[in-house]
Amino acid sequence: MAISFFSKLKEGLNKTRKGITDKIDDLFNNYGEIDDELFDELEEILIMADVGMSTSMKLIEKLREELKVRKIKDSSEIKAVFKDVVKMILNENNNVPFAVGDEPTIIMVIGVNGVGKTTSIGKIAHSLKSEGKKVLIAAGDTFRAAAIDQLMIWGERVGVGVIHQSEGSDPAAVIFDAVQAAKARKVDVLICDTAGRLHNKVNLMNELAKVFRVIEREYPEAKKEVLLVLDATTGQNAVQQAKVFNEAAEISGIVLTKLDGTAKGGVVLAINSELNIPVKLIGVGEGIEDLQRFDAHDFVEALLN
Amino acid sequence: MVFESLADRLQNAFSNLRGKGKLNEKDVKEAMREVKLALLEADVNYKVVKDFVKTVTDRAIGEDVLKSLTPGQQVIKIVNEELTNLMGKTQSKIEYASQSPTILMMAGLQGAGKTTTCGKLGHLLKKAGKRPLLVACDIYRPAAIKQLQVVGEKLDLPVFTMGDKVSPVDIAKASIEHAKKYNNDLVILDTAGRLHIDETLMAELIDIKAAVDPKEILLVLDAMTGQDAVNVAEHFNTQLEINGVILTKLDGDTRGGAALSVRSVTGKPIKFVGMGEKLTDLEEFYPDRMASRILGMGDVLSLIEKAQENFDEEKAKKLEGKMKNMTFDLEDFLDQLEQLQNMGPLSDILGMLPGMNNKAMKGLEVNDKDLVRTKAIIQSMTPGERQNPDIINASRKKRIAKGCGMEVFEVNKLLKQFEQSKKMMKQFGQMEKKMKKGGGGFKFPFM
Repeated sequence: MAISFFSKLKEGLNKTRKGITDKIDDLFNNYGEIDDELFDELEEILIMADVGMSTSMKLIEKLREELKVRKIKDSSEIKAVFKDVVKMILNENNNVPFAVGDEPTIIMVIGVNGVGKTTSIGKIAHSLKSEGKKVLIAAGDTFRAAAIDQLMIWGERVGVGVIHQSEGSDPAAVIFDAVQAAKARKVDVLICDTAGRLHNKVNLMNELAKVFRVIEREYPEAKKEVLLVLDATTGQNAVQQAKVFNEAAEISGIVLTKLDGTAKGGVVLAINSELNIPVKLIGVGEGIEDLQRFDAHDFVEALLN
Repeated sequence: MVFESLADRLQNAFSNLRGKGKLNEKDVKEAMREVKLALLEADVNYKVVKDFVKTVTDRAIGEDVLKSLTPGQQVIKIVNEELTNLMGKTQSKIEYASQSPTILMMAGLQGAGKTTTCGKLGHLLKKAGKRPLLVACDIYRPAAIKQLQVVGEKLDLPVFTMGDKVSPVDIAKASIEHAKKYNNDLVILDTAGRLHIDETLMAELIDIKAAVDPKEILLVLDAMTGQDAVNVAEHFNTQLEINGVILTKLDGDTRGGAALSVRSVTGKPIKFVGMGEKLTDLEEFYPDRMASRILGMGDVLSLIEKAQENFDEEKAKKLEGKMKNMTFDLEDFLDQLEQLQNMGPLSDILGMLPGMNNKAMKGLEVNDKDLVRTKAIIQSMTPGERQNPDIINASRKKRIAKGCGMEVFEVNKLLKQFEQSKKMMKQFGQMEKKMKKGGGGFKFPFM
C-alpha cells in the first residue's frame, strides 16, 4: 500500500518532476566547484517553478549555510543538502497530516474561482467515506450557475448526502440548514462548499465571514478545519490569496490542485515560509483517488529524486 | 514589499544618486535589477523578463537617460513603452467569417473560466448585432452543460446541447447545422478544460478543429497564472494554432504578468479581458493599460473611461457652476453620491488608482454601505434642509436620525463632512485660478 501510494505520487508529479529535476540534476551534476554563478542558476530554476523571489533567496541563503556547515565543496553533493533545506521549510510549522478525528468536524472549503473547490470536495468526501466516516456535504456555492448540480452529481457518485437550496439563495442559510442536518443525522464530517471569490472583493469576503459566524454559533463544539484551495498554476498572487483569506478565517491548511500539469506549484513554498500555513492535500490527477495527503518528506523525495 | 510599484522602487533606487551629476552604466544596471524584480513579482516568465531587460537596457544606455534630470521617470517611460509594444499595438477584434456562421472555439485549462466567458462573449457580440449560439461540448465535468444552459438563459442566448453521451466532435458538427437552420450567424463552442499535456484530450480539440474549421480559436487563460503560462500557451498554440487569448479574473489584484508571457511566446494578441463576476463584465483589451498594471501603476485610463461613461455631462456642468459660486448644497452632494455609485463598487474604483495597492487600501475603509447610509440620511431631510443645511437644529437632527434609522451623531458627522468638502472646493477653486494664470495644469505621467 505504502509503495503503491508513493509510486502513484511520483507518477502524478511526473510532469512537474521532469522540468525541475532535470534542470537541478543538470546543474548539480555537471557544475564542479561551487561558486556564485551556481546559486544564480539555482535561483533561476526556483523562480521558474513559481517559488517567488524572496523565498528563493531565503532557500539559497539556507543552502549556503548548510553547505558551509557540512563543508561541501563539490556541486554533485549539493542535491542531498538542497532536499533537506526544502524539507526544512516545508516542516517549519509542524505539518500535521490531514486527518479527521473522532469528534464531529466541519470542513470549510474556500478559494478563488476555478481552483477546483467542488471537485476537491467530491474527492475529500470519497476518501473520508471510505475510511468509514459518515459524511455530509453542504452546497454553499449558490452563485455560480449549476454549481449545486455539479456538487450533487459528486454526492451521488460518492454516495454522500448533499444539503442544498436553490441557486441565488443565502449561503449562510444553506450552511445553517446543513449544520442542523449534520447534528440531527449525527454525521462525523460536514464538508461545506463555498462560492469562488476573488479575495479583493470586500463584500464577498464579508459574506464568507458571516458563514463562519453561523457555523461558530450553531455548532461550537465541532472541530473546524478551513481548507484553502489553490491552483498549482497560480503565480505569486497565491500568496496574496492566502494572506487575505487567512484574515477572513484562520486557514488550517492548503489543498494544492492541478499538480499533474507542468506547473511546479512552487508558490506553496512561499506560502509555507511567509505565512506559516501548511499544505494538507495535493491533487495529482483527475481520478477520484487522486487527491492525496501531503507529506513533506514524500513530496520532496518524489519531486527531486 | 511584494506589491510595491516599480515606480516607487525606481524612484528609491535613483534617489541615492541625485546630485551625482552623471550616472554610469552600473547605475543603469541597478535600475534594471529593480525592473527585473518587479516583473518577476508580477509573474512574467523568467526568460521573457531576461530578454525584455536586455532590450530596455540597450535603449536606456543608447538614449540620454543618464543626462536626464529625472532618470527614474525616464526609465519607467522606456519600460512602459517597451511593455506596451510587446503587448501589441492596438486592441484586437473578433474576425468574422465571410460565410455565415462564424465559428469560435474556446480552449483552456480547467477552471480558467471558459463556460462563463462563452456567455460573456456571446452577450458582447450579441450587443454588436450578432445572433450567437452557444454549444456545450464539455461532456466531462459534472453539470458543465447545465452551467452553460443557465448562463444562456440568463443572457437570453440559445444553447445547443446533445447531452454527455455524444462525442464533442459530433456535437460541434451538429451545432453548425442547427445554427444554419435557425439563422444563428455566430457559433461559440465551449470545450472541456484540459491540461495542455493531456494528449487524448488535446487530440479531441484537434479533431473538432478539423471537423468544423473554426474561424477563431481562443485560449482562455486565468490572469493569475504563474510561470507555467508560457508552457500552457505554447502547447495550445503549437497544437491548435490559436488566434488570440482571453484573459480572465483580471478583477482580482494580480498584476497579470502572464499576459506578457503569453503574448511574447505565441505572438498572438490578447483580445478580451474578464473583469468581474457579472455576465456583462467582459471588456476589450488595452495593451497600454495592461503595461501600467504589470508595473503596478494603476489603471488611470480605465478609471477615466468609467467616469465618463457614468457621469451625466449636463449635471456635471451645473455642478461646476455651483462649485464656482459656492451654492453647492446637500442635493448636489446626493447627486454626486448617486453618480459615484453608478460607477460600481468603491473598492473597484479605488483599485484603479495608481499607488492604491493592497497595502494602501488596508488603512482605507472601502465600504459601499457607508455610501448607502449617507444617502439615507440626506433622503431623510426636507428639501429646505438639503438646500440650506444651516437651518438644521437639534430637533431637526433628531427627526432626521429617526427617519433614516440612525443616530444623531451620525447626522452630525455627515454635516461636518459636507462642510469640509465645501471648504475643499473653495480651495480647489482658488487653485484653478492660479493655474490658469501660470498657463500650466496638472501633469500625469504617460498621459
